[in-house]
Amino acid sequence: MEAITLLLHGFAVLLTWKTLALMLVGLLLGIFVGVLPGLGGPNGVAILLPLTFTMDPTSAIVMLSCIYWGALFGGAITSILFNIPGEAWSVATTFDGYPMAQQGEAAEALTAAFTSSFIGSLVAVLLITFLAPRIASFALRFGPPEFFAVYLLTFCSFVGLGREDKHKTIISMTLGLLLAAVGMDTVSGRLRMTFGFDPLMRGVNFLVAVIGLFGISEILLTMEERLALRGHAASISLRVVLRVWRELPRYWVTLLRSSAIGCWLGITPGGAIAASFMGYNLAKRFSKHPETFGKGRIEGVFAPETAAHASGTSALLPMLALGIPGSGTAAILLGGLMVWGLNPGPLLFIEHKDFVWGLIASMYLGNIVGLVIVLTTVPIFASILRIPFAAVAPMIVVSCAIGAFAIQNAMFDVWLMLLFGVVGYVFKKIGVPLAPFTLALVLGNRSEDAFRLSMIGAGGDMAVFWSNGLVGSITTLALTLLLWPVLGGLFKSVGVRRREVGS
Amino acid sequence: MAFADSEIVVEDPQAPADVSASVTSARTVEIVVYVVLVALALLLGFDNWRSGAGWAKDGPQSGYLPFYLCVILAAASLYGLGKAIATRELGAKTFVTRDQLRRVMQVFVPTFVFVALTQWLGIYVASLLLVAGFMRIIGRIAWWKSLVTSLVFALVMFVTFEVAFDVIMPKGPIEAFFGV
Repeated sequence: MEAITLLLHGFAVLLTWKTLALMLVGLLLGIFVGVLPGLGGPNGVAILLPLTFTMDPTSAIVMLSCIYWGALFGGAITSILFNIPGEAWSVATTFDGYPMAQQGEAAEALTAAFTSSFIGSLVAVLLITFLAPRIASFALRFGPPEFFAVYLLTFCSFVGLGREDKHKTIISMTLGLLLAAVGMDTVSGRLRMTFGFDPLMRGVNFLVAVIGLFGISEILLTMEERLALRGHAASISLRVVLRVWRELPRYWVTLLRSSAIGCWLGITPGGAIAASFMGYNLAKRFSKHPETFGKGRIEGVFAPETAAHASGTSALLPMLALGIPGSGTAAILLGGLMVWGLNPGPLLFIEHKDFVWGLIASMYLGNIVGLVIVLTTVPIFASILRIPFAAVAPMIVVSCAIGAFAIQNAMFDVWLMLLFGVVGYVFKKIGVPLAPFTLALVLGNRSEDAFRLSMIGAGGDMAVFWSNGLVGSITTLALTLLLWPVLGGLFKSVGVRRREVGS
Repeated sequence: MAFADSEIVVEDPQAPADVSASVTSARTVEIVVYVVLVALALLLGFDNWRSGAGWAKDGPQSGYLPFYLCVILAAASLYGLGKAIATRELGAKTFVTRDQLRRVMQVFVPTFVFVALTQWLGIYVASLLLVAGFMRIIGRIAWWKSLVTSLVFALVMFVTFEVAFDVIMPKGPIEAFFGV
């Protein structure tokens, strides 16, 4: 198996003291960020990204992805001990996790959460190891029309399958695409939408927008709420860990089902949030005792955590193989790739073997080390919540500002970050989703280039998007997904009318 | 249970009251946002139309895609505007209460001042002032704790970015005095 040889090579890249140390730092920072209120996976990665600018790409991505794993682990701690989901995808974990903590089984619940996170990630990483290279080598045959069709599919599936109001998703996406187009047009060299304002010539930086939209706005939103909290302190003993692990095989169906749901929703833009709820609900439906769910059942912790982590991890698959992120955090990592001068997409597997396999190897190692760290250090991280928010909030603000400035050494970007903070706050409160905006902003230029290159190649003929079976079916699928709500509504009304006629 | 003595309790004495007068309704905010978006779409659309939104022989001109994006943005915003005006229940939904707005401003105003100060004093001095000031004035934490925390934080940031990772940050007269 070629993949295994390459993976072993990836481990060899990793096994230096410097990389391992960065991994450890990344994991600790990630758990810290995941536990803190008002910060989470995407924000943490975005704020800490500037730290990696001077590193080589492999060390940088290892540290960043470890921050991501750490944040995923950290989210479970507050959900179970304090009934405060640190992330939206941890909400389902509170259903049974917090009741368990109240019944004095906090250690069991935490062990279950961490272990199932680990299992979910592991399944997803295995999938990435064996599937990503194949998809990438298949995608090598893609020309600009195929790439544009895939981008179109990503955008359309957000509009068609998203649960938010359609017009709000469209607004968020077009705004992202428009902002991506600000500045120098890469094909003709003309300036667009700069209005003679110099700092806009470079365009709106993706990471600046993310830091503002997620970091600053999250602080504003957090302050709105009552910050008092009451929860349980817990430490995990080896005895508890072994007891929970002995029970694991009994739940293999739940674990497998949740992993599958997570992987599927992670690769398609369904996301970890949907995955965790779906994992929980299906476990409940197939259970022999559905009434015991929500009262502190360990299976109710296994199911959502496995799904959320499988989804969070497998979101990196389309990013590595096609250059299309499957989640907000994956989009930020993609932004990072571009900063380090790498071109995300199928060529990555050929031109930067060390990088790709180092990253994949770090997923295995990071999850194992992460599991050990969270199991042993829970008491320390739980007590982070004792730090008053009045001390944490300004520090997060400073980190955001440093992050925004460091990207292009521009003070203008710090002001822009502040503006995005306000926009993010208002958008979140009126229900305009931010994920489509993030995705559109990071993919905007690439999709426009793909479109225009296909047009140049085809002499301005739109029929190029149906010129062969592959590109034609992707484009058709994209348009179907876009119109799905309309089509679904039509089918339903036709069905209703038929039934009325029938009766 | 055995957990009674190992509970973690954090109080929030300045929390916003559960019942507080509404400043504005969700409907008003939505309407304002949609109007701003339509205006933005018009402005950007005009700029793209001016730079050429047509179809040349070899495909779209540079303003083509952004121009039609503006059209979509305007259409979606107008639809949202119509819907927001028609939906009466949104008017009863509070966007933000007075107490909540006070808390949000407690973070936003210092952040704004901090960014402005960064331009004059450099980011390290500004962050020292922000952390100390915020902890003392908003968090009502003891003076010495606030000062020590902010000093340690600013130093750690300086060492991490400036020394360890070579990321250059804006600096002001005080750093210049020390010759950094």
